[in-house]
Amino acid sequence: MGRFILQRLLQAIPVLLVVITATFFLVRAAPGGPFSAEKAVPPEVLKALEERYQLNQPVLNQYFSYLGDLAHGDLGPSFRFPGRSVNEMIFAGLPTTAELGLYALLISMLLGTTAGVVAALKPNTAQDYIPMSTAMIGICLPSFLLGPLLMLVFGIWLEWVPVSGWGNIPGDKILPALTLASGYTAYVARLSRGGMLEVMSQDYIRTARAKGLPEWVVVIKHGLRGGLIPVVAFAGPAFAGLLSGSFVVETIFQIPGLGRFYVQAAFNRDYTMIMGTTVFFAALIILFNLLSDILAVWLNPKLRQQYSSHSG
Amino acid sequence: MQLVIKRTRRKQRTPVRSDRRRGLKLTSVLLCYLLSLLGLTACGDNENNVVSGNRQQILHWGNGTEPQELDPHIVTGVPEHHIITALLEGLVLKDPQTLEPIPGVAERWVISDDGLVYTFHLRDNARWSNGDPVTAEDFVWSWWRALQPALGNQYAYMYYAIKNAEAYAQGKIKDFDQVGAVALDERTLQVTLANPTPYFLQLLDHYSMFPVHRPTIEKFGEPAERGTRWTRAGNFVGNGAFVLKLWSLNKVVIVEKNSGYWDSDNVKLNSIYFYPTENVSTEERMFRAGQLHVTGSIPADKIAVYKKERPEDLRIAPYLGTYFYRFNTTVPHLSDPRVRRALAMTINRKQIVERVTKGGQLPAYTYTPPDTLGYTARDGFSFDPEAARALLAEAGYPDGDGFPQTEILYNTSEGHRKLAVAIQQMWKKNLNIDVILNNQDWKVYLDNVDNGHYQIARAGWIGDYVDPNTFLDMWVSNGGNNRTGWANSDYDTLVLKQSPTAPSRDARYQAFKEAEATLLAEMPILPIYFYTRNNLVRPSVKGMPANLLDYTLYKNIYLQAALPEQVE
Repeated sequence: MGRFILQRLLQAIPVLLVVITATFFLVRAAPGGPFSAEKAVPPEVLKALEERYQLNQPVLNQYFSYLGDLAHGDLGPSFRFPGRSVNEMIFAGLPTTAELGLYALLISMLLGTTAGVVAALKPNTAQDYIPMSTAMIGICLPSFLLGPLLMLVFGIWLEWVPVSGWGNIPGDKILPALTLASGYTAYVARLSRGGMLEVMSQDYIRTARAKGLPEWVVVIKHGLRGGLIPVVAFAGPAFAGLLSGSFVVETIFQIPGLGRFYVQAAFNRDYTMIMGTTVFFAALIILFNLLSDILAVWLNPKLRQQYSSHSG
Repeated sequence: MQLVIKRTRRKQRTPVRSDRRRGLKLTSVLLCYLLSLLGLTACGDNENNVVSGNRQQILHWGNGTEPQELDPHIVTGVPEHHIITALLEGLVLKDPQTLEPIPGVAERWVISDDGLVYTFHLRDNARWSNGDPVTAEDFVWSWWRALQPALGNQYAYMYYAIKNAEAYAQGKIKDFDQVGAVALDERTLQVTLANPTPYFLQLLDHYSMFPVHRPTIEKFGEPAERGTRWTRAGNFVGNGAFVLKLWSLNKVVIVEKNSGYWDSDNVKLNSIYFYPTENVSTEERMFRAGQLHVTGSIPADKIAVYKKERPEDLRIAPYLGTYFYRFNTTVPHLSDPRVRRALAMTINRKQIVERVTKGGQLPAYTYTPPDTLGYTARDGFSFDPEAARALLAEAGYPDGDGFPQTEILYNTSEGHRKLAVAIQQMWKKNLNIDVILNNQDWKVYLDNVDNGHYQIARAGWIGDYVDPNTFLDMWVSNGGNNRTGWANSDYDTLVLKQSPTAPSRDARYQAFKEAEATLLAEMPILPIYFYTRNNLVRPSVKGMPANLLDYTLYKNIYLQAALPEQVE
């Protein structure tokens, strides 16, 4: 197991390096610089700005000096926000984004598995079709539509919850968490339905039934354990996806998270900020994929044996 | 067999029940946890921001974007302007009704007869928020700082009216003593200008000319160092009507009444909350839900709805700005002024403002908005398809025959697209020419326009101050904001030589009128409409009149609800 983890971590280094290099040169290849503005910037000021951020040096020098800083954990100063470092901005936005992602993950796991299991119990009946078609709508309905829709109904018409913000007004975390969770809930529902259907046709389930266990014990005790493996495998990438993919929800609900910085940075050509967030998200995705692989190995007796015998 | 099964079931019953109970308990604990996390349990009938704000004199302000910085010598945007003008104060302020200069840190000033020397007498009760007096030397030092190239102050040109300021900023002079700003004593500041500049007092109210607190800046870094921590809440020392209380990244900036401010007896608001409301649709919903008193803007498609249903919340006010298209005059077929005029004369601007933009904008037949400090240029053209077709034929394209493919470039936005489509159709109908539309991301668009990689490009210009000069000095040959390739020596003489030295306002405006007539005759640009400033303001917000510059004097604002305000 230890060797497996080490191996995966070593594989991550070249992947990250490719991400860094590609992003570094792509952002500089994009037309328009960080300091271009509608009102012309006086040349002497532009020169000073470029010197300040080392943009006057050859690109390769910039690249290696960036790598050097990165090795020390320094992501550089933000071009757009002169008083902020990229590290500071990431750490300011991360807790919010992580909190939002966590709620969305919990909601999607809870609702998704319930719906999936319910559907799998009576396949091809109304009990299957209703949750599954709702799930299909959930997948198809993009958050930039669902978000405003929820705001309109629950925020403006019913006045139950605030329409924006994060931690300012009680209840303002509900709509964004639901909006972000919707697509994932639907996906989890479909995964758990599939997993459950497969498991429920296995021999050991028939045995459990033959023992005379009530159906729901069979489902919860024997079915879920195997049926939810695909969901568990999905949880890691899903959380990484929730973190890196929350920018739409963050923008719609004015949430001070990392996703909003990411999008703003791209529009502003804030080179260091684009680099910083990209590298950070790439590392995060790699990490969560690894965690979910470890979890899958741990849950699956066959794989567990395979790896322990390898390392042993 | 059946019997066995039944028995087994019976045997199972007890553990099943406890299983179920355990399951239920777990579920309810999880649910409770989730709900409390989301803050649902705290959800009761709380009053909204507007109602509580009205009671406590707290203004909730939709401020567009997260401020880049709060250093007046670094920032460039409107959201930053809104916050900085609450925190700092220049020598003069503006009357929000008339935009005439009124005393700020300077309680009075004397202008020499030749209009070149301004002597400001600072009030003795002007204080920094830490109690230090605001002195003439503070201004000299702050202006010295603002002109340091290393600071990267993009608004350094606001100083160029001052003698030798431009040369100093460009490094041609090393000695700041040669720049026309001198502290005669602690309370007297003398400013010498390069040329008589009738709008000089207005510039003093621009944040780039605000004073900063020297000891604070030096405590956190070098004077010309970008982005030190002096602007953070807790560090910031200002001289404005409000002090910085909290700056929570991408969430809110809170300012509170400054009890040490010289005019604090007249400041009615206790606090202002500035929210970074990037998404205009969300901002409008926040307004509707009672989370904001004032929005930064309003989605164009909502204007009609508000006009009909809640006209008391909608504010449409003239704004000192022009929406126009640039022609790239170096493109062969657009180098002919007849072609440019024909294109300008076939746009039905009345239809555009009534059916496309629909925000009360005014059709533009000049470049400078009418009545800019008493200046109104003569219309340079009219809507006349007949004459336009004749011009186009004269230029060699009768009935649009052989007119090369032409492209309108605009930065991605639904509003710009709609307008471009309307113009495309008008040109097809009136001139029988085909143009194609091209939208680009903002920075790509800026890059292409700056490098002349365009044929016709959408643009907008908002005046920095109320004077025709802010509109006309940009079209001088090789001006940084010209970008059309157009150059005319007569125009340059009128704007750069005659107007600054004109003996009277009339003579000065006459020079501008001649210059603008030249500009419109040759038409390197195609004016379309004059902007309006459209946003939402709660009726309880008082003391905040609309004006051409969207200028706000926070110390005049107070909140007064006639009746408990309704959310919907």
